Amino acid sequence: MAKLRTRNHKVVLARSAGGDAGITFLLVILGVFMFLPMVYAISQSLKPLDELWMYPPRFLVQKITGYNYKSLFMLMGTNWVPFSRYIFNTVLTSVGGTFGHLFIASLAAYTMAKIRFPGGQLMFQTVQTSLMFNSTVTAITSFILLSAFKMLDTYWAIIVPAWGSTLGLYLMKQFMDTNVPDTVLESARLDGAGELRTYWVIAMPMVKPAWLTLIVYSFQALWQQGASNYIHSEELKSLNYAIGQITAGGIKRAGAAAAAQVVMMLVPVLVFVFSQSNIVETMGSSGMKD
Amino acid sequence: MSNKTAQKKAVSRKDMTMRQWIWKEMKRNWVAYVMVAPYMIIFLLFTILPVVLSVVISFTDFNMLEMPNIVFFDNYINLFFDDDIFLTACTNTLIFAGIVGPASYLLSFLVAWFINEIPPKIRALVTLVFYAPSISGQVFMVWQTLFASDSYGWVNAILLKYSIIPTEIPFFQDAAYVMPLCIVVALWTSLGTAFLSFIAGLQGVDRSLYEAGAVDGVRNRWQELYYITLPSMKPQLMFGAVMAITGAFGFGSIVTALCGFPSVEYSAHTIMHHLEDYGNIRYEIGYSSAIAVVLFAIMVGANGLVKKIISKVGT
Repeated sequence: MAKLRTRNHKVVLARSAGGDAGITFLLVILGVFMFLPMVYAISQSLKPLDELWMYPPRFLVQKITGYNYKSLFMLMGTNWVPFSRYIFNTVLTSVGGTFGHLFIASLAAYTMAKIRFPGGQLMFQTVQTSLMFNSTVTAITSFILLSAFKMLDTYWAIIVPAWGSTLGLYLMKQFMDTNVPDTVLESARLDGAGELRTYWVIAMPMVKPAWLTLIVYSFQALWQQGASNYIHSEELKSLNYAIGQITAGGIKRAGAAAAAQVVMMLVPVLVFVFSQSNIVETMGSSGMKD
Repeated sequence: MSNKTAQKKAVSRKDMTMRQWIWKEMKRNWVAYVMVAPYMIIFLLFTILPVVLSVVISFTDFNMLEMPNIVFFDNYINLFFDDDIFLTACTNTLIFAGIVGPASYLLSFLVAWFINEIPPKIRALVTLVFYAPSISGQVFMVWQTLFASDSYGWVNAILLKYSIIPTEIPFFQDAAYVMPLCIVVALWTSLGTAFLSFIAGLQGVDRSLYEAGAVDGVRNRWQELYYITLPSMKPQLMFGAVMAITGAFGFGSIVTALCGFPSVEYSAHTIMHHLEDYGNIRYEIGYSSAIAVVLFAIMVGANGLVKKIISKVGT
């Protein structure tokens, strides 16, 4: 018979102290493995040039300097396409792609989750199956298609495919399945609300964590887009691409490159920090019921 | 009397053929089709059509310049019988995905489970530490600095200092080290969506099940994990598996960034790289489409296999 103790008037299984210690130990080891490279990346970006090329190398910075960040921004200033243009490109495609995706994917997700119509199940199954198709594998045929649609070398080549992202629709539909009760929708329909109205006024306010998750996922993917096969005009390219050019600059730019990596990392990490609880809530219904 | 009306209804429903009934339902729900249309059109055009087109083009010798000819299975025959590098790429992909897929999956689950066992107050912070590498963009390049080939590389410097090695190891240029290192870096970035899904899934397991389990004689957390937690998390485990498969087969760009293209002696050349080589560099679109189709087939197969395994969990 299990040893039982009560906590807050609930029966809780006894945890062995050895198990607790073991779990903490493993978690610390794995945590160090995950965290040390991050620390090293930040430390590198704060090292003055002589420390970057010091022998023997030191893991942590000794004399902290903001020089690398300054030289990164100086390098940005000397670019022949002004740096603000790359920032504009990335922000425009990220915002346009994300909001278009949020709107049309949640509309379709609502329909698949809450209206029974012939083909609805099949559509969702198709989306679910294509979760594993990865856009790099279809890069070449996508290129041919975008060229046929005359979308190559325009912002549309980045924005429109992002609208059709599969993970967003999948997560939104699963979340609506569990978090929007059918009875509420039924009574709205009985009151004479059309489906569009029910979706916008009743269902959407109930799934705010899922919106946020869709926004974060879509934004992160678009923010990190590098050199695209579909864009060749320099003035349409992304911030990540431009920063990649600095990183590729070799020894002379090692400091600026380290700073660039930290700058590019900061945005998605901060976005996640502020949305973590909502994302975890959305993930609660991410399971596949097959 | 009431029996009779029931019969009548049943007959009138039977009067309609399946097709007529579906057509009626479709007309009744026309709004639904309007509502899914914007998403479905874009999804079909940019996700499904590229896959279908890959299959079609793989039977031709399309090269972007000349009119394509139908060559039937020639591309596939060349792939499997004449292309030694493709076979290397296949082996590498299977080794890479075969290790990274299951390892990242287990790692995601174990870490999520550990995190679920620690006090709630620090959970969010610990989650961030583990999740951050997967969303940090180019930061994985720091591994290249850590494992740099000269004595300025931190790992080489340490190994030299304690005289473990006589001279620097050019880690990312040495065929013996390239693959293991790429696997480590891949694992480092792999605690992503599946990991978050597991965290949420563990939090969502019905507490009363644990209480019932304790009463029924579940003695420790391992039994609890096996008999209660895993079976109640099956949907998350399924979703996590799909994410792990996508991840494990899609690591090409990280390998390219770390080891260059092509990697030394093709030691980390995966199917993804072979595809890029023929598609983006040689413009042999027909041939590269055949490579893509093979990769799809492997992924679909892996997915089916994993689903079968997971459905057996806890039974």
